[in-house]
Amino acid sequence: MSGHWEHFPHGADVGVRGFGASKAEAFAQAALAMTAVVADPATVEPREAVAIECEAPDDELLLAEWLNSLVYEMATRKMLFSRFAVRFDGPRLSGEARGERVDLGRHAPAVEIKGATYTALRVARDPDGWVAQTVVDV
Amino acid sequence: MDISLLKRRSEYEWEIAPHGAMRVSAVIYASEPLIRDMDHKVYEQAVNVATLPGIVKASYAMPDAHWGYGFPIGGVAAFDPDAGGVVSAGGVGFDISCGVRCLHTGLQRADILAVQKELADALYHRIPAGVGSTGAIRLDADGMEAMLTGGAKWAVERGWGTPADLDRIEEHGQMKQAKPDAVSQQAKRRQRDEMGTLGSGNHYLEVQEVTAVHDPKIAEVFGLAQGDIVLMIHCGSRGLGHQIGTDYLKRMAIAAASYGIALPDRELACAPIDSEVGEEYLGAMRAAINCALANRQILTHLVRKVFADILPRARLPLLYDVSHNTCKVEEHRVDGGTRKLYVHRKGATRAFGPGHPDVPEPLRAVGQPVLIGGSMGTGSYVLAGTRESEALAFSSACHGAGRAMSRHQALRTWKGRQVVDQLAARGILVRSPSMRGIAEEAPEAYKDVAAVVAVADAAGLARNVARVEPLVCVKG
Repeated sequence: MSGHWEHFPHGADVGVRGFGASKAEAFAQAALAMTAVVADPATVEPREAVAIECEAPDDELLLAEWLNSLVYEMATRKMLFSRFAVRFDGPRLSGEARGERVDLGRHAPAVEIKGATYTALRVARDPDGWVAQTVVDV
Repeated sequence: MDISLLKRRSEYEWEIAPHGAMRVSAVIYASEPLIRDMDHKVYEQAVNVATLPGIVKASYAMPDAHWGYGFPIGGVAAFDPDAGGVVSAGGVGFDISCGVRCLHTGLQRADILAVQKELADALYHRIPAGVGSTGAIRLDADGMEAMLTGGAKWAVERGWGTPADLDRIEEHGQMKQAKPDAVSQQAKRRQRDEMGTLGSGNHYLEVQEVTAVHDPKIAEVFGLAQGDIVLMIHCGSRGLGHQIGTDYLKRMAIAAASYGIALPDRELACAPIDSEVGEEYLGAMRAAINCALANRQILTHLVRKVFADILPRARLPLLYDVSHNTCKVEEHRVDGGTRKLYVHRKGATRAFGPGHPDVPEPLRAVGQPVLIGGSMGTGSYVLAGTRESEALAFSSACHGAGRAMSRHQALRTWKGRQVVDQLAARGILVRSPSMRGIAEEAPEAYKDVAAVVAVADAAGLARNVARVEPLVCVKG
């Protein structure tokens, strides 16, 4: 299965779901889905790279940690990201997010993300590939 | 929600009897139509909360309850530290101390209409709002520590407001026992340039007109009369609170098993009140409450400066400032005795009744103001705490309308520009950096706040005092 993403409904907020042939791809696609909560990823130029390192005791907490690390970088650097690379080493994740500073005119950002929650949190290998999902609080 | 799963105790009180791992009942306050519309997730989450150690009396859901994270939004639960009680980061939420502040203006509708566009533009340009916005204040390490300890009192001491403001803020504007050391560097870093910013999503600042007075006696004590103009600010503890929520959710989720707590849902992550993690979270959460109080105080200062330029005769004293995402230590009467409890309110407003010592003296005879935010096209409400609310739900009431439609669905249904034009045609000027944000927050994407307030009033949770409707709305 080639990587792709989708949103799924949550009462007040938004679910983000990434699919991929590998777990790394599903994580990268979930991150792209999170960017799409804020703005159209196609408008975000992958100009500048930010390294992300995080770890957690299991895959699901690691997904939340990965997304929360990105939320932190988005908030403190005032950036949006549109290209992601993920590598796993046991409980650790080494990733890279590429993007640019928020441009209100071009990105028309709708909402800032407060954090990735553990609601509907799921990382699993389904028959046709990997899925990584959770709900983000906006 | 399937009504057959509930036992109707009275017209507006519905019980889920203890079953499975539940230690107490779950109780939902709602009308039959609100119950039927309520997400089944509220049932599951209210039941899950009832399984947590040390919970007292019941797990409660307010009339505006909807699917949250672990706890329902609109959830109230009190825990007793002497009975193994817990504190839960999920029971407070990511936007710690998100709340509503209401200011008088001394103005009438005609005063606003004469300068409505100028006022809307000035508020929009001078109050930082939306994604990526920053405030003019930069905090160094000492300044951050002072803010996290001092709250709105710190802001007033810096010249952003008056000492009289503090009398109208919960905890007199300063949450005691805050521990800035328990706040991560990341959380502090997120806040460094976000003081005095409104945020985004459902956060707003509105100039509103009192369009209906439901309880003239209490309204008079609150200083509200038909046609009066007030200003409401809805926002929280910004990036700092969000990061504290994130940090401690993870720590508690990992630590819960070591305390022998079996979580039916990881989002219910919690720790015993007297544990190391529990105590650190409480200290960090209180620091975030101070951050929210300071932030709303700085926003108030910015608003007053705008009014001083455009409507110089206006005075903007505070009616009240109340938070709806908190865990607070309170004394409550339970089974004939008084107990000190850790009351979690997640999307629920504290609503102390008449005579309560924590209600500001000039308002004490009628109860604490309860400020309920609606959507930008409908209205908001001012309620008052009741005596009976303590026995119903530890002196708590609803906090807003709740969404009726997902953001995704709202985006497919409306265009931001169309929403702005429609509201302008009704005399409501909306200003926002994001048209997509406006579409996601369209008035029809929310439930009917009037129905929620009517039920809160009828159930006795809080008394409906006045309805206000916007003339100007600044959205983040």
